[in-house]
Amino acid sequence: MNATMSRYRTMTGHRLFWPAAVLFVMLAANTIYRPGFLSIELKDGHLYGSPIDILRLSAPLILVALGMTLVISTGGIDLSVGSVCAISGAIACMYISKQSDQNSLVVVLTALAMALGVALVLGAWNGVLVAVIGIQPIIATLILMVAGRGLAQLITQGQIITINSEPFRAIGLGHLLTLPLAIFIALAAALLVAAFTRRTALGMIVESVGGNAEASRLAGIRSGRVIFLAYVLSAACAAIAGFMMTANVSSADGNAVGLWVELDAILAVVIGGTSLAGGRFFLSGTIIGALIIQTLTTTVYAMDISPQTSLLFKAVVVIAVCLIQAPAFRARFSRRRRNAPPPATIADKPKEQVPA
Amino acid sequence: MTDSRPVLTMTGISKSFPGVRALHDVNFRLFPGEVHALMGENGAGKSTLIKVLTGVYDTDAGAITLEGDPVSFTGPMQATAAGVSTVFQEVNLCTNLSVAENIFIGRESRRLGAVRWGEVRRRARALLARLDLDLDVSAPLGSYSLAIQQMVAIARAIDIKARVLILDEPTSSLDAGEVAQLFRIMRQLRDEGIAILFVTHFLDQVYEIADRITVLRNGGLVGEYLTTELPQLSLVEKMIGKELDALEGIEEHSRRDLAALEEGTPLVAVSNFGRAGAVEPFSLTIHAGEVVGLAGLLGSGRTEVARLLFGADRTDGGQVAIDGTASSLRTPAQAIDHGVGFCSENRRAEGIVADLSVRENMILAMQAARGWLRPIPRRRQDELVDRYVKALNIRPADPEVPVRNLSGGNQQKVLLARWLITEPRLLILDEPTRGIDIGAKTEIQKLVTQLSDGGMAVLFISAELEEVLRLSHKVAVMRDRQMVAQLANDDSLDADRIMQTIASGSHREEADR
Amino acid sequence: MTTGLLTPGRARFRLPRKQIPVLATLALLLVMYGIGVSQYTAFSNVQVIFNVFIDNGFLLVVAIGMTFVILTGGIDLSVGSVVAMTAMVSAWLLQEGLPAALVLVIALLIGPTLGLLMGCAIHFFDIQPFIVTLAGMFFARGMCTFISGSSIPITDGFWTRMSQERIGDPRGNFVSISVLIAFVVVAVAAYTLAYTRLGRNVYAIGGNPQSALLMGLPVGRTRIAVYTISGLCSAIGGILLSFYTLSGAPLIAVGMELDVIAAVVIGGTVLTGGAGYVFGTVLGVLVLGVIQTLITFDGSLNSWWTKIVIGGLLFAFILLQRLIGIRYK
Repeated sequence: MNATMSRYRTMTGHRLFWPAAVLFVMLAANTIYRPGFLSIELKDGHLYGSPIDILRLSAPLILVALGMTLVISTGGIDLSVGSVCAISGAIACMYISKQSDQNSLVVVLTALAMALGVALVLGAWNGVLVAVIGIQPIIATLILMVAGRGLAQLITQGQIITINSEPFRAIGLGHLLTLPLAIFIALAAALLVAAFTRRTALGMIVESVGGNAEASRLAGIRSGRVIFLAYVLSAACAAIAGFMMTANVSSADGNAVGLWVELDAILAVVIGGTSLAGGRFFLSGTIIGALIIQTLTTTVYAMDISPQTSLLFKAVVVIAVCLIQAPAFRARFSRRRRNAPPPATIADKPKEQVPA
Repeated sequence: MTDSRPVLTMTGISKSFPGVRALHDVNFRLFPGEVHALMGENGAGKSTLIKVLTGVYDTDAGAITLEGDPVSFTGPMQATAAGVSTVFQEVNLCTNLSVAENIFIGRESRRLGAVRWGEVRRRARALLARLDLDLDVSAPLGSYSLAIQQMVAIARAIDIKARVLILDEPTSSLDAGEVAQLFRIMRQLRDEGIAILFVTHFLDQVYEIADRITVLRNGGLVGEYLTTELPQLSLVEKMIGKELDALEGIEEHSRRDLAALEEGTPLVAVSNFGRAGAVEPFSLTIHAGEVVGLAGLLGSGRTEVARLLFGADRTDGGQVAIDGTASSLRTPAQAIDHGVGFCSENRRAEGIVADLSVRENMILAMQAARGWLRPIPRRRQDELVDRYVKALNIRPADPEVPVRNLSGGNQQKVLLARWLITEPRLLILDEPTRGIDIGAKTEIQKLVTQLSDGGMAVLFISAELEEVLRLSHKVAVMRDRQMVAQLANDDSLDADRIMQTIASGSHREEADR
Repeated sequence: MTTGLLTPGRARFRLPRKQIPVLATLALLLVMYGIGVSQYTAFSNVQVIFNVFIDNGFLLVVAIGMTFVILTGGIDLSVGSVVAMTAMVSAWLLQEGLPAALVLVIALLIGPTLGLLMGCAIHFFDIQPFIVTLAGMFFARGMCTFISGSSIPITDGFWTRMSQERIGDPRGNFVSISVLIAFVVVAVAAYTLAYTRLGRNVYAIGGNPQSALLMGLPVGRTRIAVYTISGLCSAIGGILLSFYTLSGAPLIAVGMELDVIAAVVIGGTVLTGGAGYVFGTVLGVLVLGVIQTLITFDGSLNSWWTKIVIGGLLFAFILLQRLIGIRYK
């Protein structure tokens, strides 16, 4: 009895337990509602099915959320990712559309490199505003969030740029080893970010800066550089997500690409267990968070509810997750629970430290 | 001073927090028309007593009376309404609002719900005139100096027909002229019959303004004295006390030949380091293998000296030579490059990163010095961490638990390990033994001895003189933000002499005796 | 040392310093208007200015609510969605045949209720305003589409009258009723901020919440009140928008919160709270309106320049606030 209890505790105590449980419940609910939900079939050498769709459609969000995770971990926030998606998509499409041979791999790679370069500059702009000038992150990135949409439209001249380029289209809709290429790109990005943060000391230093900026400074960390880097990385992730979004529809619409993706990304990060106050970050949690959001959207589609109404569900999820994370709410909740059993359990409470 | 009944009495006050007895059977009384200084070192219970008085905390035992009637406030607001007002060290006003508004917000004159600004300004001018202040009452408070802000806070406090005014370290960020101005106002209020409870760390100020002194130590009452009857030296003795030597394990290694240590080029030599508002310029040399103790009362500038040496704050001027070569200590990163390490006294805010594990906290400084691109290989990390967990006897011995789960003493050891891993040449320890249990304390003291024997220089800051004396080769004494003396720790140096130096500001008088 | 020596010098630079952002906005507005008048003859027509007010009346009202929130150091992302939801609910209820007066009351209650709930979540559970109002934004937008996936026209007599009524001078210049309502809101807000305890508490909290608490001000109540006020302003804005468009559309006013925040910041209100004026917000809204008008007049410039210029102005004003050191914390 006791052993089962403690095993239960360890399991529920794990960071990924609640997000994973939510995802599982959603999938289960879908399967009950539509028994064929989880079935996957092989057609023309490609795998098809709702789970595959969810993975493919969540790829851009996963990308954006990965970069956002790092930024939030430093104690910041990046509102400009949606605009960066739009700008990078617009630049890539614009360049490709001007070339005679849109199917040339060289052309596509040049386009991607150009767009990525611009995104890095935009990320650096955010980084300078936050880390060098010292503007609050939410305000600093708001500037690019507003102006970036305009820039994207400026690049496309307000038109929806349609291109006909197989290599570019493949980023969003191509297949590799029977699975959508987008899944591999997201996976690769996740592994890359994980390696970049966990194989170097970057991850720990970011967590240290976000967890206690002053203690980090006194430990000799030059936090400016790390924060700057997080914003650049966030913009790079957003750029790749922007390629994917535009490739999905083979066109760039400066107004629509990546609209609200910053909010979904922040949500995915928070669901994944990374605190908005900064500190510890969880890339795997973020990925699960993004999958939850996409599953929610897919579910709502499948149930014939208008896609916009999924926002209602999202609102509920945001509030629920934030309440669970909020110390004030937890305190109220646990106090009520603690009052229920006889007072003997109070002795179990860890000793609280009182500032002298 | 009137000899009437006390306006305020506190009798038999006790207050405990889990694991800490903050106040034990403390009595305190305050007469109308007096300035009464509340003195004591860190942890003596001053702020707890004030918080109990103003209703921030409940009492476990004891009674408070105000003008003979028993009272029990539920919070500072109720206390203020009853005539007990508090002005804190950090001015708790809104600098973006006007002077007049800061005095009256929440109590403005209104007509039909609308604030009558003309009336508010007129009343503010009248009130400030009573304090002999001539300010533009419609200017934002932030456009005035801290001293003026402090006085506006007092104006706000006394407008509510205050009978008792509590000034909690009001002078700690004021310069001499501003302090004089504040004292003038305090005397004026005292002469109007207001009872003033004054908390400060500056001895000179106590003797300048206070009529009566109450001393607390370790949560207990030491006594109540008339200022005229209590010499400075006795006051310092009463505040610091003479601790029983519970640390027999450590032999007094300190009384070695200082001259031998101080041969050759000093490891660090600073001259004229100082920072306006924090500490007056000082000069100090530290040699390899030397333990320099920094003694002085709380607020005397001990921590400020440490922060300047580590680059945590920037010095206003002066030079530093490291190994005899001119150098600079402008940022912590730079100081670490020069082989300096710093354990802050504020473990929670400036030391540990609570989210990170014990291992990560330990390697943080070393990793920061290497840069993020060159991670310390995991095997090396485990080796280092393992070694120091064992060497410092850190419990629990699992390096992967978040450091927040450790006790204060063990967190302190983790911080020590963080710096020891960087193999510093000078280690600055700011109150490393405060608030930790006696066992951990002994271990840390032993460690300091071992490190200095191994050639590391240590700057050791502590409020406990016995500890400083036991460990140091040389003791620098701080008083009122000045380094007033540097004493070789030879046979003639004892706690009495250090206390005398703290009390008098110079050890020369010692020679006369 | 006497106080007389200490004090006067330090307060000397007060007046300009505090007012610089608003003065800069005013100067900017005059310069833009000057450019307009010098470039296009039709620009000098008084009706051009009136049209700016007519087109942006609802934006102005919403920006006033946002000013309250930002003055306390908070932010409200839900305003655009609440505007849309209010318009949508009104259109739907009118379609269902409810009397106009009842619809007005219901529509004006929804926004403040949501604001109240958000304020409570922010205060009692100590969750960041950004996240709470983000949830509010999702919720309100979701409600819009929940009511209807497509636009609902309004044919009610009261609404069409409010929409078409012109108040003007004999020469044919006119404003709509919405503009008058917006002016009333501005006046009430300016009075509240300057002359009531609620308004002064808003400034105090924005200046230093801990101090405000220690001075005995009702911090929690005020904080909840500002989100409720913002909700009310959004609801009024939604009604004005439905007067303007005579319909409720689920996707109207998307991204409006950005314009609103931009207007407030350009109007000189400091995003960290504690400093700013309703008058500044009026100027900020006018700046946005005149930019749009200029771009419309130009013809060769495209609408996306609006966003780029607004972004640039945001940057300039945030930098200006930093340079003159409006950081009371």
